[in-house]
Amino acid sequence: MNDWVDIGVIGDIPRLGARAVRAAETKIAVFRTDDDRLFALEDKCPHRSGPLSQGIVHGCRVTCPLHNLVIDLQSGEAVAPDEGRVGRFDVRLVGDRIQLDLPGARGRHLELA
Amino acid sequence: MREKLVVVGNGMAGIRTVEELIERTPDLYDIVVFGSEPYGNYNRILLSPVLAGEKKIEDIILNDDAWYADNGIVLHKGKAIVRIDRRNRCVVTADGLVETYDRLLIATGSLPIMLPIPGRDLAGVMAFRDIGDVEGMLDAAAHYKTAVVIGGGLLGLEAANGLMKKGMQVTVVHLMDVLMERQLDAEAAGLLRKSLEDRGMRFVMGARTEALIGDGGRVAGVRLADGHTLPAELVVMAIGIKPNVELARRAGVHCDRGIVVDDTMLSYDGRIYAVGECAQHRGAVYGLVAPLFEQAKVCANHLARKAFASYKGSITSTKLKVTGVDLFSAGEFSGGPGDEDIVMKDAKAGVYRRLVLRDNRIVGAVLYGDAIDGAWYFKHMRSGTDVSDMRRQLIFGETNLGDSGHGGGDVVAKMAADAEVCGCNGVCKGAIVDAIAQKRLFTLDDVRSHTKASSSCGSCTGLVEQILASTLGSDYSIAPKEKPMCGCTDHAHDVVRKTIVQNQLHSIRAVMDFLEWKRPDGCHACRPALNYYLVCAWPGEYEDDYQSRFINERAHANIQKDGTYSVVPRMWGGLTTSSELRAIADVADRYAIPTVKVTGGQRIDLLGVPKDRLRDVWADLNAAGMISGAAYAKGLRTVKTCVGAEWCRFGTQDSTGLGVKLEKMCWGSWTPHKVKLAVSGCPRNCAEATIKDLGIICVESGYEIQIGGNGGVKVRATELLTKVATEEEALEITGAYMQLYREQARYLERTAHWIERVGLSYVKTRIVDDPDGRRALHERFLHSQKFAQFDPWAERVAEPGFDREFNSMKELA
Repeated sequence: MNDWVDIGVIGDIPRLGARAVRAAETKIAVFRTDDDRLFALEDKCPHRSGPLSQGIVHGCRVTCPLHNLVIDLQSGEAVAPDEGRVGRFDVRLVGDRIQLDLPGARGRHLELA
Repeated sequence: MREKLVVVGNGMAGIRTVEELIERTPDLYDIVVFGSEPYGNYNRILLSPVLAGEKKIEDIILNDDAWYADNGIVLHKGKAIVRIDRRNRCVVTADGLVETYDRLLIATGSLPIMLPIPGRDLAGVMAFRDIGDVEGMLDAAAHYKTAVVIGGGLLGLEAANGLMKKGMQVTVVHLMDVLMERQLDAEAAGLLRKSLEDRGMRFVMGARTEALIGDGGRVAGVRLADGHTLPAELVVMAIGIKPNVELARRAGVHCDRGIVVDDTMLSYDGRIYAVGECAQHRGAVYGLVAPLFEQAKVCANHLARKAFASYKGSITSTKLKVTGVDLFSAGEFSGGPGDEDIVMKDAKAGVYRRLVLRDNRIVGAVLYGDAIDGAWYFKHMRSGTDVSDMRRQLIFGETNLGDSGHGGGDVVAKMAADAEVCGCNGVCKGAIVDAIAQKRLFTLDDVRSHTKASSSCGSCTGLVEQILASTLGSDYSIAPKEKPMCGCTDHAHDVVRKTIVQNQLHSIRAVMDFLEWKRPDGCHACRPALNYYLVCAWPGEYEDDYQSRFINERAHANIQKDGTYSVVPRMWGGLTTSSELRAIADVADRYAIPTVKVTGGQRIDLLGVPKDRLRDVWADLNAAGMISGAAYAKGLRTVKTCVGAEWCRFGTQDSTGLGVKLEKMCWGSWTPHKVKLAVSGCPRNCAEATIKDLGIICVESGYEIQIGGNGGVKVRATELLTKVATEEEALEITGAYMQLYREQARYLERTAHWIERVGLSYVKTRIVDDPDGRRALHERFLHSQKFAQFDPWAERVAEPGFDREFNSMKELA
């Protein structure tokens, strides 16, 4: 069972860009590709914890702004020859609203609403 | 229906071409490969270290069976093609297998030349060409004592060295009086011979082998033309190779020494390509790996129907893979009329260097004992650099000229495996050597992406290149003259720039479409470069693509390791006021900024600002009259000054005032890399102007303008561009210089590297010797500045919806 949380509209994120969502202790980066696909990853590079939401988005990948590690947006895995992976979250578009699957966030979402 | 590509030859050339092809178009062909050896594709040039016991056979396998399977390639191992039927477009193996083709790639390599002398069929007589030979030699070394190697060339000496290390007593018989006479002059060859003799190798020079003497079916000795006989239980013939073209010749494909190909690697048959040692291009046949890689790229480009690459031939270099012998040779050195020699010799230290110059260009280089600068000389040889500007120091190598990051000395060989090479990423020598061997790396870029060494500040690039060269020997392919921008394209920076202007391309998308980018929206390397080229080409017209800028230029602040930012307001010429300082202090208090630091560029850095507070910090600094210092930009950073004639008892001119004028003229400009200026009021040079991109030293009679300095990774002092009498002239020259750098340097190329590439003389010609050209450059700079001199902080603060980009999208409790 998913816990979908509304986080905004697609226009909030520029194409080939990202925005960060803060959920308690966790920061989540939500990415938008050139063809308007959305992906969400933990905003923390596996290399030295750089904020992936600040990186350059290209294709279905993001390059970490700190040391250029490249992460695949779909799997959260570093692109070879780099190694490492970050946690990923499901994200979907309903109309123009972006919804993020945050397990256990349902109660908080109700509070927010 | 897909076309079928059949590759004859499972060696380095054929498979490299296939790799390049599937990188470009993975789905265009069904690929079938035939190899006569019973192995996968292996690195033939590393056979010497295998023989010497420094590597194992499994270490040199390049592509294992899984690779072929993963890429859907059918591999027939141990199946030699015996016939090409061009009429029916098929090939036939020795055991009768028939395979049809739409395109055929012949990469049959070469065959060792065997002396046609009596006894050559005896057991224990072999060539040095493939894994089978190496296994035979290792077997002989385990059972016998004496060996003779016929041929004192590169291959022969490597074979002799390997056998010696395996405990054999080795004599090298060479026809000429000079070892490696095609690569070395007599002087260097003498040093080499002495060094090898000291290790126990024996030489018989100027000797012709007449016959091999047998004993019970196995070779027992070598008889020379002068009647002497050398005992030999193993004889290795290493007198040369010849292109393996019989198959092609019998099929009627036009062959001379090799299969004759054009600049696209196509033979006289429009369906048959040839690459590697079997191909003959513009009269030349190559026996080294570097040209083969270039050929493979071109051939793959045409097989993939891209049809724009062309092969123009290669200049090759040689490095002997004998551990402990440091030797490099490239180009011509026999010395024609008009050639000039620069020679350095230190016999006791065993160091010899000779450069051959023609028309102020390096055409040949022989280095013995200290080959560290081989790659650097070779680079200049290939690019045809006019070396007159550096002629006086040339022979001492790159270290003495201060290019980007050579460590100096032949340090690599002496480094321990756990010695750190890359200080930025903490990579030691052993890790690089292992990665090269295990992950089959050939180029600097390979090493960068696999180990991260040399991928940050680049100061260890020289060391990494040396490690590559010493690990791979002549296998090491020095970066081509014109490197592609990145993996997204085969085009080099200069080509892309020219195309943007000539074809009136006004957006990143247009450039990528026009030049057929391999990845739809590029990568973090090419997008910022393209964005800059467009900014530079179309001032006022091109709309900056922020998503193609690195975060610092998007956020107008410098990202720090914890994801916070640092903020640096501009201080014109390093001048500030009490009210500015008060405002900065207030900002620091108000936003609890943890660190306030004075920078090297005479400004104040506020560190540790969270992204969502940037707006407030900027607004407050703006309110006090300050603007962004662009400390994050590939653009003008600072103009450092001393107090000059206004206060200083030694000051000759108003250096502070000139610094402010320069900064007012240049701020806001986008450049290929960061630009730092300085003005010193007298030759004591307190503003350290001689390590800046442009530095002005004031003297009583005017202003000395210095360019191309660098105080970072590798300190490089500036060189004098010219001297002028007035501030106006100094400003015009600075503007022209900025614009020339903006228009000509490649993205991320500092002025120091740019000037080393194009030469100081060139910059002088454009800026000093050509007043009209200088004025035009200066005017173009001022024109582009009209569209660049906006404070990004004020713009962002005033922008509706600004918060969107800089705040969290959503805060969930």
